[in-house]
Amino acid sequence: MAALADTLGRQETAAPFAIELRGISKAFGPVQANKDINIAVPKGTIHGIIGENGAGKSTLMSILYGFYKADSGQILVGGHPTPIPDSQSAIRAGIGMVFQHFKLVQNFTVLENIVLGAEEGALLNTSLGKARQVLKSLAQEYGLNVDPDALIEDLSVGHQQRVEILKALYRQADILILDEPTGVLTPDEADHLFRILRGLRDQGKTIILITHKLREIMEATDNVSVMRRGTMVATVKTSETSPEQLAELMVGRKVLLEVQKTPPVPGKVVLSVENLRVRDEDGVERLRGVSLEIRAGEILGIAGVAGNGQSELLAALGGMVKASGVALLNGAPLPLAGPGADGQSRREAGVAHVPEDRHHHGLILDFAAWENVAFGYHNDPKYQKSALFMDNAALRADTERKMATYDVRPPIPTLEAKNFSGGNQQKIVVAREVEQNPDLLLIGQPTRGVDIGAIEFIHKQLVALRDAGKAILLVSVELDEIMSLSDRIAVMFDGQIMGMRDPARTDERELGLLMAGMTGENAGAMKKEAH
Amino acid sequence: MDRLPRWADLTLVPLVSLLFAAIISALVLLAIGQSPTEALKVMVDGALGSPYGWGYTLYYATSFIFTGLAVTVAFHAGLFNIGGEGQAQLGGLGVALVCLSLPWPHWTVALLAATCGAALFGAAWAAIPAYLQAKRGSHIVITTIMFNYIAAALLVFVLVDVLRPTGQMDPASARFPVGAQLPALNDIPGFNLIFQRPVPANVTLLIALAMAVVVWALLWRTRLGYQIRAFGKSEAAAKYAGINPVRITIIAMLISGGLAGMMSINNVMGEAERLLQNSSEGAGFIGIAVALMGRNHPFGVVLAALLFGFLYQGGAELGLWTSIPIEMRIVVQGLVILFTGALDMMVRMLLERVFGLFRSAKAVRAG
Repeated sequence: MAALADTLGRQETAAPFAIELRGISKAFGPVQANKDINIAVPKGTIHGIIGENGAGKSTLMSILYGFYKADSGQILVGGHPTPIPDSQSAIRAGIGMVFQHFKLVQNFTVLENIVLGAEEGALLNTSLGKARQVLKSLAQEYGLNVDPDALIEDLSVGHQQRVEILKALYRQADILILDEPTGVLTPDEADHLFRILRGLRDQGKTIILITHKLREIMEATDNVSVMRRGTMVATVKTSETSPEQLAELMVGRKVLLEVQKTPPVPGKVVLSVENLRVRDEDGVERLRGVSLEIRAGEILGIAGVAGNGQSELLAALGGMVKASGVALLNGAPLPLAGPGADGQSRREAGVAHVPEDRHHHGLILDFAAWENVAFGYHNDPKYQKSALFMDNAALRADTERKMATYDVRPPIPTLEAKNFSGGNQQKIVVAREVEQNPDLLLIGQPTRGVDIGAIEFIHKQLVALRDAGKAILLVSVELDEIMSLSDRIAVMFDGQIMGMRDPARTDERELGLLMAGMTGENAGAMKKEAH
Repeated sequence: MDRLPRWADLTLVPLVSLLFAAIISALVLLAIGQSPTEALKVMVDGALGSPYGWGYTLYYATSFIFTGLAVTVAFHAGLFNIGGEGQAQLGGLGVALVCLSLPWPHWTVALLAATCGAALFGAAWAAIPAYLQAKRGSHIVITTIMFNYIAAALLVFVLVDVLRPTGQMDPASARFPVGAQLPALNDIPGFNLIFQRPVPANVTLLIALAMAVVVWALLWRTRLGYQIRAFGKSEAAAKYAGINPVRITIIAMLISGGLAGMMSINNVMGEAERLLQNSSEGAGFIGIAVALMGRNHPFGVVLAALLFGFLYQGGAELGLWTSIPIEMRIVVQGLVILFTGALDMMVRMLLERVFGLFRSAKAVRAG
C-alpha cells in the first residue's frame, strides 16, 4: 500500500487515505462482480473509476454505500476500519452519494428536499431554518448557488444535480461519490459541474467519480482506477496516462477511438420531413415544426440534451406516435397518423428502427434471443413455414448466423434477452434492424450502456450501412458520437431544430450553445467572442 | 439471488407448495379432531382408487382444463380474465340453444354444432369487457367480475322465462333430444373396458386434451401467438414493433372467452343433458388457480386440472364417508391455491436458498 501511496503523490505517505478498500470481493451466485479489489483514495483528490458496463463499478460503490455487503475484505475510512452495513452508516462515516437518477421529490422545494430524512425535532420549521443557514454558507464556500425555495420540478437538470450534491454536503459528507454524473447534462453544464467538483476538492473534500467517458476522466480527475471484469487492473495518475491507454486497460486490447470513415457520397433524397409536429398525452407540443432531409449514403446526426424532442422525432418517424406534418419516403407519402402510421407499415416501407430504449421497446427481455430477432419482422415471409405457423427452426438458424456476424456473446439463440450484457443486447437489436437492409435506418442512442468494444463494432456497422447507400438518422446525447459519425449535424432544442452544422466546421462549444437554445447567429457570435 | 434450474422450477416448486398445503390441511384436520391419514385414504380411494372414482375425477378435470386454458391465453396477453365463470355459463346457454333447436340425427354433428355455440357465446360474453379494456381502458379485472354477476342474472331470466318448459317447477331447460346426448367414457369402445359402470366423464375429455395442444401450438408456433405473448410481456415494445394493441386485446379475450364457454359441453351437454341454473359451479374460478399452478402452460394446466379434479372428487367422498364436513374440501382447495398461487414466491425463494447452499458446498469441495 505504501508503494501505491508513493505513486499517488498529492499527499505525503504518512497521511491516511480518505478511503481505502482492501481485498473487497463480492459474488452474485456464480458471477464474481468484484474480485479482491484494492483501492486507496488520498484525501483531497478527485479519483476517477472507469470501466465498461458490467466491470463491477456500481457493485463496488454499492458496497461502499452500504447497499451490498462484501463477501470479504475491509473498508477503511480516514485510516480506521469502518464496517458499512447500511447507507445510514455510510452517511455517518461521511460518505455521500449522488446517484445517476436523482432521488428528489419533484413537488418539494429545494430546502424540503435537503432536510428530507435529516429532520430534527418535532417541528419542521426548526430544521428548515437551520438548513437555510447551512445552505447559505455552502453556497458561499463552494459556489453552489440554488434558490432554496424553488420547486425541484422547476429546476434544470444541472441544478437538480446541485441539489443532490448539497444534500450530501448538508449531511456533512467528506467523501462524495458521483455515479455517471454527466449523462444528463449539456457540455456546458458538465463543465460547470467539474468546476464545482474542483472547488470542493480544493476545500479538502474527496471525490470519487464513476464514469465510462474517457474525456471526463482526463478532464476532471487527479488519479484514475480502471476496472475490468470485476478486478481492478490499474491505478494511475491522470496526468501520466492517455485516453488510448485507458481504453486499452478497460477492454484488454487495443481499441480504435476514432471512427474510420471516408467522405460521404450523398445520393437522392430518401426522407424529407416538413413541419413535423407531435403532441404528448397531456397535449403539450413536444415537436414543434421540424423540417429535415436525409439523402442516401449519409448520416444525419441529431444533437441535443435528452428531452428536447429527439425521442418524439424517432417515435413519429418510426410510427410509434401520431404526428402532423408532411413526410416523404423515396418520394412517396409516409403516413404520420391514422392507417399506415404504425411500426409494421414502416418496416414494410423500408424503415428500420433501433429505438433509444432497448429494454422497453427494442427487446422483449423475457423472450429468447431468437424470438427477439423476429420482433417487428414476425410477418416477414422468410420466417413463415405456412400460412398458419412460424418457421422457428429457420428463425433460430438466422439468429445463429446473426450472432456469428455480430459477435454476440454468448452465441446461444435460446438464451433470454435479459441474460445478455447491454452491449450484446444492443448488437442483437442492431443486427436485426441493419440486416433487414432498410432504405432508412432510425437509430437512437446506439451505444448507451454499451461497452467500448461493442461501440467500435456498432459504429463500423453504421458507417458500412451508409457506404452501402442507405440513409441514417442518428440521435444521440453523446456529442462525441454525433461529431464522429455524422455527415451533417442538426441540433435540437425545445422541439425545434436550432441549426444545421457541418461536423468539420463546428466544435463542441458551438454545438453546446445551440443545444442550450441559442440561435444560429447568437451561437456564431458567442463563439467568436469566446475565441 | 441464484436462479433455480429449470427442472426444479417446473417440478419442485409446485410439489413443495403442495406439500406445504397438505401439511397445513393435516394440521387443520387434527385441530377439528379428525385423522389426516384417514382423510387422505378416503380421498385417494374415492378419487383414484377405482375406475368409478377416476370417472368423476376426470369429469371435473375436463371442465378445469377448459377454464384453465381460458385464463392461460388471456394471461399471455397480459390480461387477467376473472370472467371464466360468466363466460362458461353463457357457453352453457349456447349449448342449450343449439341442442334444443334441432332434432339432431347423431351426437357427433350435435357436438360439433354445440362446441361452436358454446365457444361463440363464451367469446361474445368476453367481447364486451375486451372492447372496454382495449378502447376505453376499463380494467378487465373489474369488468369481467361484474360480467359474472350479469351472466348469472341473465341465466336466471332465460331459464325461468324463456327456456323453462311449461308446467316444470325448477328453473331449467328441457332435456336435450337423444341425438344431442354425448357418450360417456363407459360408452366408448376401448374405454368401456376400464369404465364398466356409468361415469360422468365423457367424450369432451378428448376435446379438452386436444384444445390443450391447440392452445400450445397457438401460443408458441403461430404468428398470432407470438404477437399475443409479445404484447403481454411489453405493451410499449409491442407498439414499437407495430403490433396493434386493440386487435390483440380483443382477439386474446375472444379466444379466452371461447375456451371458457367450451367447458359447457362437458357439464351441460355431457352430464346434465339440460341447462341448469349455475351450471358451471365455480369451475370458472377454479380455472384461475389451475392456470396459476400450471404456470400458464397448457400442459401444466392439464396436470393442475387433474389435481383439482382429484381434490373435488376426493373432497366429495370425504363428505360421503366420513364425519368430516364437506366444507373441508373448500379449506383444502383454498390452501392449495394459497400455496401454489399466492405464496409461489415464498416457496421459490426457500428452494433458491437450499440450492444456493448446495452450490456453495460443491464449490468448497471443488476448491
